[in-house]
Amino acid sequence: MSSTKQPLPAWADILLIPLINLCIAFAVSSMIIYLIGENPLEAFKVMIEGAFGTSEGLGYTLYYATNFIFTGLAVAIAFHAMLFNIGGEGQAYIGGLGVAIVLLALDQTLPFWALFPLALIAGMLFGAAWAAIPAYLQAYRGSHIVITTIMFNFIAANLMVYLLVNIFIVPGSMTPESRVFSEAAQLPFMHEILGWLGITISESPLNLSFIVAIVVSILFWIYVWHTRWGYALRAVGFSESAATYAGIDPKKIIMVTMLISGGLAGLAGLNEVMGVQHKLMLDFVAGYGFTGIAVALMGRNHPVGIILSSILFGALFQGGAELAFEMPSISKEMVFVIQGLIILFSGALAYMSKPWLEKLFSLFASKKHSETEVD
Amino acid sequence: MRMQDHSPSIPLAIDLRGISKSFGAVQANKDIDLRVPAGTIHGIVGENGAGKSTLMSILYGFYEADSGEIYINGKLTQIRNSTDAIAAGIGMVHQHFMLVENFTVLENIMLGAESGALLSGSIADASTEVMRLEEAFGLQVDLQARIDEIPVGQQQRVETIKALYRGARILILDEPTGVLTPQEADQLFEILRSLREQGVTVIIITHKLREIMDLTDNVSVMRQGQMVAHVKTSDTSKEALAELMVGRKIRMDLDKTPAIPKETRIEIKDLGLVDAQKIRRLDALSFEVHAGEIVGIAGVSGNGQSELLEILSGMRSCSEGEIRINGLTITPQQTSDPEEIRHAGIAHVPEDRLKRGLIPRFSASESSILGYHNSPDYNGTILTKAAAIKNHCLHLMQRFDVRPADPDLKSANFSGGNQQKLILAREMDPQPKVLLIGQPTRGVDIGAIAFIHQQIISMRDQGSAVLLVSGELDELISLADRILVMFDGRIVGEVQAEEADERTLGLMMANAHSTEEKEATHV
Repeated sequence: MSSTKQPLPAWADILLIPLINLCIAFAVSSMIIYLIGENPLEAFKVMIEGAFGTSEGLGYTLYYATNFIFTGLAVAIAFHAMLFNIGGEGQAYIGGLGVAIVLLALDQTLPFWALFPLALIAGMLFGAAWAAIPAYLQAYRGSHIVITTIMFNFIAANLMVYLLVNIFIVPGSMTPESRVFSEAAQLPFMHEILGWLGITISESPLNLSFIVAIVVSILFWIYVWHTRWGYALRAVGFSESAATYAGIDPKKIIMVTMLISGGLAGLAGLNEVMGVQHKLMLDFVAGYGFTGIAVALMGRNHPVGIILSSILFGALFQGGAELAFEMPSISKEMVFVIQGLIILFSGALAYMSKPWLEKLFSLFASKKHSETEVD
Repeated sequence: MRMQDHSPSIPLAIDLRGISKSFGAVQANKDIDLRVPAGTIHGIVGENGAGKSTLMSILYGFYEADSGEIYINGKLTQIRNSTDAIAAGIGMVHQHFMLVENFTVLENIMLGAESGALLSGSIADASTEVMRLEEAFGLQVDLQARIDEIPVGQQQRVETIKALYRGARILILDEPTGVLTPQEADQLFEILRSLREQGVTVIIITHKLREIMDLTDNVSVMRQGQMVAHVKTSDTSKEALAELMVGRKIRMDLDKTPAIPKETRIEIKDLGLVDAQKIRRLDALSFEVHAGEIVGIAGVSGNGQSELLEILSGMRSCSEGEIRINGLTITPQQTSDPEEIRHAGIAHVPEDRLKRGLIPRFSASESSILGYHNSPDYNGTILTKAAAIKNHCLHLMQRFDVRPADPDLKSANFSGGNQQKLILAREMDPQPKVLLIGQPTRGVDIGAIAFIHQQIISMRDQGSAVLLVSGELDELISLADRILVMFDGRIVGEVQAEEADERTLGLMMANAHSTEEKEATHV
């Protein structure tokens, strides 16, 4: 009553707003592309074809998407408990460390079917452990989780430099990388899996992790909306005081949720380390953790939305690389600008158009209302 | 109904013609006419959501009407914001005071109406003017006191002076007595009457019909965004007004037989609480509640009642003393938690339904298991039983007549009364041995109040021990079998319900002996 606005219908909230945001982002990007003397339509055509036009391009798109699904889900689950986990970057990085430690230690002795679950669990555990300290500080000491998780990204980055340079580096080598894992410690690529089924596609880094990402998305959906733990998690997110009344301990929920969040982010390390690089190296996270924030925002913290927006961001990464290659005047930095604009409009400014849309909708609603009134 | 009788010789202070206002599809005010003769006290009554506050917000410039005209003192006036309203001589005292707590009374009064860039001149000007107002209207307040040091009743006077200082000749008061003791309310009414004598026009919004009958000259009744009646107060009665508000006859009396108290279910000994800021909230509290009786706790809010409920329901641990509640012992060393308390057969209807009682963004069915969400009735090994939860919610909705009976609707989208009925249904359904209730009818419409009261009594008759905290003295007097009065974290009196009346309870609530002395030095 106290507000002139009306809630938007669900379809407008879920579909229309992201679409409008995308259009604004593309419009602004077009202007920039036009200003540097290229044809925007041509550029977008290159991007779309690069991302979806070939099986190789599609493979790359989905490979990027795999990372975004993991980091997006990590941000989303924390968000359902009203926690803003900015530390996906560091948690993915440390998750990859966990994967690498298991594989380097055991790849000579164990077969793939034993290594795969061990690596998966290690990735989650390490990611969770990296989230545990900020979670504890938030729950029991009142330090703000945004600050601590950001700090932990830096700590992770420096820790990894130290470990790679001093411990994991191959003796005598100049590059800070571990040795390559044995065959048994590598996730099969999608082109290999499909090859066994008799389907031939071009080679790409897309691997088994993508299937893991889809399975984890389904588990996420079940956990958050169809278990009593998810009920408690959302109760804390919506109203801490009501949760306390209901006998739910918000501190415990903060801990559990952040551990899950860190674990999910850690799985991005599985994709990179066991799926693609097959070794531990520097900076393999490459901003996926941060992009996960935009992915979760755009996907409305729902796994279906997160998968869709992950594919969009995957397409941007892949199509952007293609664009930089095809149109020399559009440099790699220019592509970052376009990606940045999309993150800006669909992430940071995700709700910019909401008030206008609400006004528009309530205008229509009241018109309809007064029409029926007259009748 | 539109016709109003007022003698044409008295000029109209306010004349609203055909005011309409919609929020989206909701029509909050529909073609409203209102005429208030100058120098009268005019009451506006109506249930929650009837559109009273919207209408007053239009008059004070918070909203602009979609259509209609406003005449102030016979002149067509455009009121687009509160500055326009103040310029037209309209002042408003809000339900929640708009005061800066760490400013003095004088600073608050002149805030935003300073006479120059330098404060010293303004202070001198303001204090002479305010003294004159205090003199003229009998509004005594210590100008140098800080707002957070003076009682609520005085804060309200500051709000009133603030409006008068800005030249208000029309004063709107929104639910002014919600936070006052009966004595403070009486003092306020005295002030309003003296304002009327000086020619000030007063509009008072309230849901307390007794106040309307005591104070006003005329009453307007609103229902569902429309004016349904304008009557002279002397020509009407509480019952008639209530019927106009709800649109049907309602029963205001209760079927209540004398209590038959049985075994002790709550036993509190020397309970004390010192909060994190080292402030003492509860002090040596001792009392018992038996099965089959309703014990009421009266007191001005903020005197420890909320803390008492929080401790008994396990949300907070105490600092001293011992509690035995339905076989469970709680001490500062041996703490409990809401889940354990619930398991022990103790149900709790919290004071603040939107903050604690339910989760506004949950669906009704999700809110209907809040606190019971771990029960095997609603859970398999891993998955929740969605169908069982929905059925449970439907069952509660039918039992307590919650409307609309839609388990999928968001909890926030139910009216206050229906939210409260859902919470009461949830807490009463498991047949608790002990029922803790805070403010059962706060913000609930008249139609639902009688139903809720009847349910509370039937819980008592089925053998529950009921502890009832309420800010409404009427409610306590009609429901409780015994009433304990709390002041400053202590129990300062106990009254049997049949001997209780508002005056004695009110004096206890204000802890009469000490405050009467203070008042004496003040006046």
